[in-house]
Amino acid sequence: MSHAAESAYPVPAILKEVKPAVLPRATLIENDRSFGWITDKICGIIEGRTPTWWWVCFGLACFVASFTVAGLTYLVATGVGVWGHANPVNWAWDIVNFVFWIGIGHAGTLISAILCLLRQKWRTSINRAAEAMTIFAVICAGIFPVFHVGRVWFAWYLFPIPNSNYIWQNFRSPLEWDVFAVSTYGTVSVLFWYVGLLPDLAILRDRFTAAGNRLRGFLYGFFAMGWRGSNRHWSNYEMAYLILAGISTPLVLSVHTIVSFDFAVSLIPGWHTTIFPPYFVAGAIFSGFGMVLTLMLPLRAVYGLQDLITQYHIDCMCKITLATGTIVGYAYGMEFFIAWYSGNPYEGFAFINRAFGHYAWAYWIMIGCNVITPQFFWFKRIRNNTSLVWILSIFVNVGMWFERFVIIVTTLARDFLPSSWGYYSPSVVEIFTFFGTFGVFSVLFLLFIRFLPIMPMAELKAVLPQADPHGHGDSATGHRDPHSP
Amino acid sequence: MAAQPYGLVAVFDTVPALYRAAVDVRDAGYKFWDCITPFPIHGLDRAMGLRRSKVPRISLCGGILGFTTGMSLIYFTNAYDYPLIVGGKPFFSPMFAFPVSYELTILFAAFATIGGMFLLNRLPMHYHPVLKSDHIIRGLDDKFLVVIEARDPKFNLNATKALLEKAGGREIMELEA
Repeated sequence: MSHAAESAYPVPAILKEVKPAVLPRATLIENDRSFGWITDKICGIIEGRTPTWWWVCFGLACFVASFTVAGLTYLVATGVGVWGHANPVNWAWDIVNFVFWIGIGHAGTLISAILCLLRQKWRTSINRAAEAMTIFAVICAGIFPVFHVGRVWFAWYLFPIPNSNYIWQNFRSPLEWDVFAVSTYGTVSVLFWYVGLLPDLAILRDRFTAAGNRLRGFLYGFFAMGWRGSNRHWSNYEMAYLILAGISTPLVLSVHTIVSFDFAVSLIPGWHTTIFPPYFVAGAIFSGFGMVLTLMLPLRAVYGLQDLITQYHIDCMCKITLATGTIVGYAYGMEFFIAWYSGNPYEGFAFINRAFGHYAWAYWIMIGCNVITPQFFWFKRIRNNTSLVWILSIFVNVGMWFERFVIIVTTLARDFLPSSWGYYSPSVVEIFTFFGTFGVFSVLFLLFIRFLPIMPMAELKAVLPQADPHGHGDSATGHRDPHSP
Repeated sequence: MAAQPYGLVAVFDTVPALYRAAVDVRDAGYKFWDCITPFPIHGLDRAMGLRRSKVPRISLCGGILGFTTGMSLIYFTNAYDYPLIVGGKPFFSPMFAFPVSYELTILFAAFATIGGMFLLNRLPMHYHPVLKSDHIIRGLDDKFLVVIEARDPKFNLNATKALLEKAGGREIMELEA
C-alpha cells in the first residue's frame, strides 16, 4: 500500500488491508498457442487442398452472381424502364441497395481503424476479413449509382474530367460529393487492407518458396514488395498504419454522412432532417457488424478457429451490435417525436404514413428486426449460443435493408401534393439484380478466403503474452511444442 | 561465397532475449544493424536507438495538397471556368466545397502515407541478403534475428560474433552479400 501521503487525516486501518480487485483481462487467444501455431493455422488454409464445400459454394455464388450480370446487361441494352421506377418513386431498390452495401462496408473500417485507435486488441482476429468485406461491399454498392444513371456510357461525366460540352460538375450537389466520398472510401480501404497484408504476404512467399512452389512464391513475393521483417521497416510501417487508421476514422464517418446528405439536403418530409448523418452512420455500423457476424461465425466453425475468434470476440461484436442497434432504435423514436413536436403537418403525416400506410408491412419488419432483435444480445445465454447469434445477425441485415427501403420509398410515394402520390413495386429485373449482388460478394469473399490469409498473422502474434518484451518470453502457463496441433 | 560477407545474423528464441540483445548491440555503438521480427515489438525502436518515423511529415504534405486541390478544383470549375447557376446559390463557398475537399485530403494523405512508408523503407526491394538467408523463414514466423552489417565501422567478424553469443544468439552465420 502507498505510504506517500501521511496526511493530517488519520488513515483508517482498514485501508491498509483492502486490495483493489484485479479484473482479469480476457484471453485473446485461447489454449496457450504459440507464434508458430498461428502461422501454421492460417497458412494451412491457403496451402492445403481446396475443400469440396468451397467448390460447391463457389459454383453457387457464380450462379447467383450471373443474375446481376444478366440484369445489368438487360438494363443497359433496354433502358431504365425495365426497373419498377415511375413517378413519383424514381429512387427505389437501386439506391436502397447502394446505401445497404455501403453501410455494410463501414463495419470493416470501424473494426480496422476505430478499434485500432481505441486500442482494442480483440480486433486482430477479425480485421482482415472485415476489411475484405468492406472492399467487396463497396464494389457491390458502386454498381448501383453507376448503372442507375440510365446512359451508363456517360457515367464518367460524374468525374471532373473535361468533356466535349465544356461543362463541369455541380459541386453543390451531394450526389457529386458522393462520387468523391465513395471513390475515396474504396481506394483508402484497399490501401489499408494491402498495407496490412504486406507482412503476411512475405510469410506466404517464403513458405511457398521453401516448399518448392515457385509460381505461388513469385506471385506472393511480388506483392510482398520484398518485406523482410526489419524493425527499421516496422517502425515506419506502424506509423503508417496508425496514420491510416487515424484518417480512415473520419473517412468512415464522413462517407455515410455524405450518403445521408443525398436525402437530407432535399426538401421532402421524412428526408429533410438533421438527424440523418449520425443516424445513418450508427445504422451502417449496426448493419456492418451484422454482416461480420454472418461471415465470421461460419468461417470460425468450418476452419476450427475457436482459439482465435473466442467467445470474448463474439461477445464484443454482439455488444457493439446491441449498442448501435439501440442508437438506431432511439433515432426512430426521436424522429417520431420531433415529427409531432415540430407541429409540421407534412412531417407528422410522413411518419404516421410509414407506420400505418401502404408500406406499413415494411415498417414493422424494420422495427422487429432492428429494434427488437439486437436486444436479445443483452443475455449472456444468447450470446454464448453461436447458432442463435448467427440467425439474429441475418435478421439485422434484413432489417437494415428494410430501413433504407422505408426511408426512401415511403417518402417518395407520399410527398407534399396528393396528386403526385403513387405506389411502387420492384420489377423482376431489379429483384434479380439485387440478389445477384450477394453472389458477386460471395464470389469475391470465397476467392479471398482461398488465396489470402484470413487473419493478420503478425497482429495476432503481437497480442500474445509471449510478445511482451518485458515478460518471460514463454506463454503464461509454460512451454508447449510450437508446432503441435 | 563472396569474399566479404554482408554481415552476421543471430537467432533469438524469445522476445525478451531479443530486446536485451538489441540494447546490448545499440550500447556497443553499432549503427548499421537491424532486428528481424515476425511482428512489431513494443519498445524495440527505443532499444535500437531509432528516431521517430518521418512518415507523418509526408502524410501532412499529402493532406494539405489534397485539401488545396479540392478547393482549387471547385473554385476553378464552378466559379471561374463555367459558372453554373443553381438556384441562386453562390458560385463558390468553402461550405459546399468542403465535403469534396475533405475527401481529397484523406485520399491524398493515404497515398502519401503509403508512398512515404515505401520510400523510407526503400521498398520494393525484392532482393536483399537477409532474404537469401536460411533463417528468414523462421524470422518471419516465430524466431527473432539480429543482423549486423559488415559495413559498420565497428564490425569485426570475431568480436561481433562474440557480442552476439554473449547476448544469447544461436546459429550465428555469415550472410553472403
